[in-house]
Amino acid sequence: MSEAQAEQGASTLNVSRTGAKSQRYRDVLIALIAFTVLASLPMLTSSKFLLDFVIRCSAYGLFATSLNLLVGYTGLTSFGHGMFFGLGAYGYGLVMQKTGVSIPVAFVATLLITLVVATVIGAICVRLKEIYFAFVTLAFQMLIHSTILSWVSLTGGDQGLRGGIPRPAFLGIDLSNHLHLYIFSCALLVIGLLLMRQIAQSPFGYTLRMIRDNAARASFVGIDVYRAKLTIFVLAALFASVGGMIMALFVSGAYPEFAYWTISGEGIFINMLGGVTTFLGPMVGTVLLLILNDTVTRFTEYHGIVLGIVILFFAIGLRKGLMDFAYEWYAQRRDRERG
Amino acid sequence: MDLDALTGCLASSACLVTQTTSGLIIGMLLFLVAVGLTLIFGVLKVVNFSHGAFYMFGAYFAMTAYQLTGSFALAMFCGAAGTAVIGLIFERVFMSRVYGADVLMQLLVCYAFVLIFDDVVRMIWGPEFKSMGMPAAFQVMPLFIAGGVVPPYYLLLIGVALAAALILGLGLARTRIGKVIRAAAHNPGMVSALGINTGLIYGGVFALGGMLAGLAGALAAPVRSLTPGMGFSVLIESFIVTVIGGMGSILGALIGALLIGLIRSFGSLGFPLFTEGLMYLFMVIVLVSRPSGLFGKEVA
Repeated sequence: MSEAQAEQGASTLNVSRTGAKSQRYRDVLIALIAFTVLASLPMLTSSKFLLDFVIRCSAYGLFATSLNLLVGYTGLTSFGHGMFFGLGAYGYGLVMQKTGVSIPVAFVATLLITLVVATVIGAICVRLKEIYFAFVTLAFQMLIHSTILSWVSLTGGDQGLRGGIPRPAFLGIDLSNHLHLYIFSCALLVIGLLLMRQIAQSPFGYTLRMIRDNAARASFVGIDVYRAKLTIFVLAALFASVGGMIMALFVSGAYPEFAYWTISGEGIFINMLGGVTTFLGPMVGTVLLLILNDTVTRFTEYHGIVLGIVILFFAIGLRKGLMDFAYEWYAQRRDRERG
Repeated sequence: MDLDALTGCLASSACLVTQTTSGLIIGMLLFLVAVGLTLIFGVLKVVNFSHGAFYMFGAYFAMTAYQLTGSFALAMFCGAAGTAVIGLIFERVFMSRVYGADVLMQLLVCYAFVLIFDDVVRMIWGPEFKSMGMPAAFQVMPLFIAGGVVPPYYLLLIGVALAAALILGLGLARTRIGKVIRAAAHNPGMVSALGINTGLIYGGVFALGGMLAGLAGALAAPVRSLTPGMGFSVLIESFIVTVIGGMGSILGALIGALLIGLIRSFGSLGFPLFTEGLMYLFMVIVLVSRPSGLFGKEVA
């Protein structure tokens, strides 16, 4: 279900630009509060499990939210978005292992690699529509996965990138310290989400919604649909790549599973679980899926059945994500109060 | 990369025959799965991501039937008929609820069932690798064609798949039911207005697609090992086949399956680690040059 369908019957889209500046201040404020809360979490609890959970949420959350920029905002159903998650993890790990540069340099280098790869792949993919776009992205994902498996001398093949990724200290930040790693991941998550929010609320973001709802009309009013789609494809890839880098930092390695299609499948599932109508839906979905995975695997070996039934509940029962559901419920109540 | 092995094989007739037959049986099994997929997409406009599970069920049903009765023919029948029933129930109870919904919804329902079906198989038959074993009737001397070894069972497999292709093609083109199915694919509203039960047709087509995948699984059971999740790689490959051949085209599925089968069998000689990569590369090339596939009608 796209955002458009969920919004049918809802109030008209508020696109006035006068409130844009105050909205931006509000977003920055929320981001600061969120970061403060996350950063003070280690003071309240010493549970390594909980902190690890937040780090994993950062990695998957950035990935899932960036996928929502494509699926929810632009209507590009990518089945291969996970390739950039894997690319980020492998790119970062390889740059660190092979060159020994400092972590920020490796980050920028990995982003540049992702930029180039995503531009090439995107230029081919966004020409196609709907199911064909989905298939060709899936094919590229599997192509990258096969390349990782077969290029053993560089990537370690099916064993993954082992031997640990060095974490030299920079600017007083020592990422081999668990607490530093935690704060660093939270910062990346909050900054990433804030940037994506700015993209989504910018005029460009509304252009994307227009392309999703009616590409032909967008084209008639003079929008270069191809270029807009390619731009968001590359931008989303960059954020997914950051997610992959957090993951590589966290596990101190990179594994072929990071580039396997199941990562893309999980990303789509997260989006459905949380809902694509709201910006934070995918983030809620990430937390839900990770909790679900952790608890279900602890209680039963048949976690496929449990997960499957949960998916069925959302797909056939609710027919929308959790945040979509909450948002509609809230909107209905508000309308009723207004009479 | 091992190009010497590839050129060496192409130069010897024995190797050529062996590799071609192995490519053909991969292709024929893929065709049976892919043609069901393409049929379901053509008529129901649904991409059945759980199609691999039907292949898996077919294989497990055939194995159990063979172990119980010892009859190979009965094993084939159980594999095909059992999956047809599952397909019918699956379509009527679950898939029919998400027609017209977003592709993502359909995908999720199928994804849920991939997870559920895999676990069901794990519960019933256990997680370990199983093997059905070659039926006694086919434990005979292999044939030698131009120096290459061809097990007789391979010939049966290719024959059955070709027969299925022929029956399906002719059935759709020439019979009344085929005509109704094609009409339902074209304009279900009109077909329904003419007093034909489209729900029945949808269920039937889904059952037919499931049956073909089940037949493929049953045919593959003697030559492949059985494991929960075995349907997945077949599913991905048959997707590649349908995309290359063109969604909804039976001829396309046949040609696509044979191409992928040959790429796999010869690719494994020249590029042992990159065989899968070759398939995806081929898919990318086809999609970019002809988005609707080699035999697809609509241009995306």
